[in-house]
Amino acid sequence: MTQQQFKIADAHKISLDSGRHLEEITIAYHTFGELNAAKTNVILICHPLTGSSNAMEWWPKIVGPGLAIDTNQYFVICTNALGGCSGTTGPASINPKTNTPYLLDFPVVTIADMVRVQRELIGHLGINKIKMVIGGSMGGMQALEWVAQASELIESCVPIASTTKVSPLAVAFDSVGRKSIMEQLKSGHGEAGLAVARQLGHITYLSEEAMEQKFSRNLQHSDAYQYHLEPEFQIESYLNYQGEKFLGRFNLYAYLVLTKAVSYFDLERSYGSIEKAIGHSSAKFLVMAITSDWLYTANQSKALAYQLMKLNKHVSYVEIDSDYGHDTFLIDSDETKQVIKCFLDSL
Amino acid sequence: MKLYETILFNQIKKKSKVIDLGCGGGVLLNELIHEKSCDGYGIEQNFQEVLVAMGRGIPVYQGDILDGLKQFDDGTFDIAILSQTLQQVMNPIDVIHEMCRVSKKAIVTFPNFGHWKVRFHLLTKGYSPKTKQLPHEWHNTPNIRVITIKDFRKLCAENNINILKEIPLAKFKFQRLMFPLRFTNFWTEKGIFMIEKKN
Repeated sequence: MTQQQFKIADAHKISLDSGRHLEEITIAYHTFGELNAAKTNVILICHPLTGSSNAMEWWPKIVGPGLAIDTNQYFVICTNALGGCSGTTGPASINPKTNTPYLLDFPVVTIADMVRVQRELIGHLGINKIKMVIGGSMGGMQALEWVAQASELIESCVPIASTTKVSPLAVAFDSVGRKSIMEQLKSGHGEAGLAVARQLGHITYLSEEAMEQKFSRNLQHSDAYQYHLEPEFQIESYLNYQGEKFLGRFNLYAYLVLTKAVSYFDLERSYGSIEKAIGHSSAKFLVMAITSDWLYTANQSKALAYQLMKLNKHVSYVEIDSDYGHDTFLIDSDETKQVIKCFLDSL
Repeated sequence: MKLYETILFNQIKKKSKVIDLGCGGGVLLNELIHEKSCDGYGIEQNFQEVLVAMGRGIPVYQGDILDGLKQFDDGTFDIAILSQTLQQVMNPIDVIHEMCRVSKKAIVTFPNFGHWKVRFHLLTKGYSPKTKQLPHEWHNTPNIRVITIKDFRKLCAENNINILKEIPLAKFKFQRLMFPLRFTNFWTEKGIFMIEKKN
C-alpha cells in the first residue's frame, strides 16, 4: 500500500494531444488488495482534480477492506494523473533536457493524455480486463475517456458528478483560478494566487444550501460587525483556511495544467459525437449525479445517461439527493456507498 | 410475485425486450430476465427501489417515466409495462402514447375504481372509497387519477389505441369464469390491458 512507480520506456513515443512529447514519464500508483490468478478482479479508480494515487486516503469511506470498493475482493489500482504533483510526471518534475523543473514549460496535457499514460501502466501490469473504472469529477472524465480509448478492456464505467463536456460555467471558474495564479506569478507570489484559486474552487464544490447550513451568515469572532475590511464571516475564514491548507500539498504549476486539462475536456469534440466516442462499448454504465451539484450539474449527467439510453446501452442513472454540492461524493455519504456497492455486487 | 404480476409474466414471450415503467425493485423484470431470457430496462423514481433493482443487475433510470421514455427510439422494445402506476402519473395520455411509440405492444394495469367494493363504499359510507386496492385517504393518496375499466376502454378508443387483450383480474377464479367481459368493470379489482398503437 505504499506508492509504486513505473517508468514508461520510450515515453517520447507517446504523442500528446498538443503534439508535444515528454522525454520521460513516470507513473506513480497505488494498488490495494490482491490480483486474482485470472486477473479479473481489477478496479481502476481515477482521482478528482487534487486527489492522489492513494485512494484509501482521499476516499476512506469507499475504498478499503469490507467497504463499497472492497479491497478484500478486488485489486484496486489508482494512479496519480499526468501533470499532477503527487508522484507522476508533472510540471514540478525535472526536465531531463535542462535538468531543471519544467514549471511553465510543461506541456499542456489533456484528460485523453492522462488515460494514454495510464494505459501504459495497465499494459505493464499485464491486465486486459478492467471490471470497473470509476471516478468523480475529473476522475469521471477519465473513466469515460477510458471507454473511448480502450473499450475492449472496460467491463463497466462509473462517472460520478462528472460530464462529457465541461460547461462554460466550469471553464470560467477554472479560468479565473488560473488567472489569479498567473497574475501573482508575475510578482513572484504564485502561491498567493494558488490560495485564491483554491478558495474559488471550494465555492464551486459547495452549494448554497451547504453554505447556509455550515456557516450561515455567522461571524467568526464576535456577534457585532467590526467595520473593517478583514475577514469576519465564518465562510471567509473557512475559505482562507482551505486556501492556506492547500499550499502545503499542491503545486501551483500542476494546478494550472490540471485545470486546463479539465477545461479542454469535450468528448463530442474529440470524437465527433458521444456515439462515436463510446457507442461501440459493451460496458455497463452507472451514471451518478448529485442534486445540488452546480459545477457538473445533474442535468449534465442526465444528458449522458440519455445518450446511452438512446444507444441501447446497459446504463443506470442514479441521483444522490444531497445538499452538500459537488463534493458530496468525497464526504461520508451513505447513499454514495450504497449505490457503488449495489452496482458492483450486481456485476 | 403477486397474482397480477404472474398474469403479466405469462403474457410476455421469451427473449422479449421489456421496459417496466415504475419497476420498483425490479421483481417482474428479474423473473423475465432469468426465466424467459428477456432483456429488461426499468424506470423508477424511488432511490431505494432503484438500488434494489440495480442490485439485481437491471439497468434503471431514476426519474420521471415520460422523461425516460422520450430517450428511446421508436420500436426499441417488444413490450412496455405500466403496472399499477397509471393512476399516479400526471400525464397518462402522453405516457400511453410514448409507451406505444417506443414499444411494439404495451401492457397497462391499474386498480379499477369501478369495482363493486369501491362503489359500495361510496354509496353506503359517503366517504372517498378506501379498499385494499386503494388504501389511502383522499388527502395523502399517491393515486391522483381515478380510473375505471370503462374509462380506460374509452381512452383507448379516443386515442387511436387498439386493445389487443383484456384480462379480467378478480381474486377468485369462479368470478373470472362466471362473468362475461362486459361485467368486468363491476367485478374485477384490477384492469389489465394489452394495447398497441393503431396503424
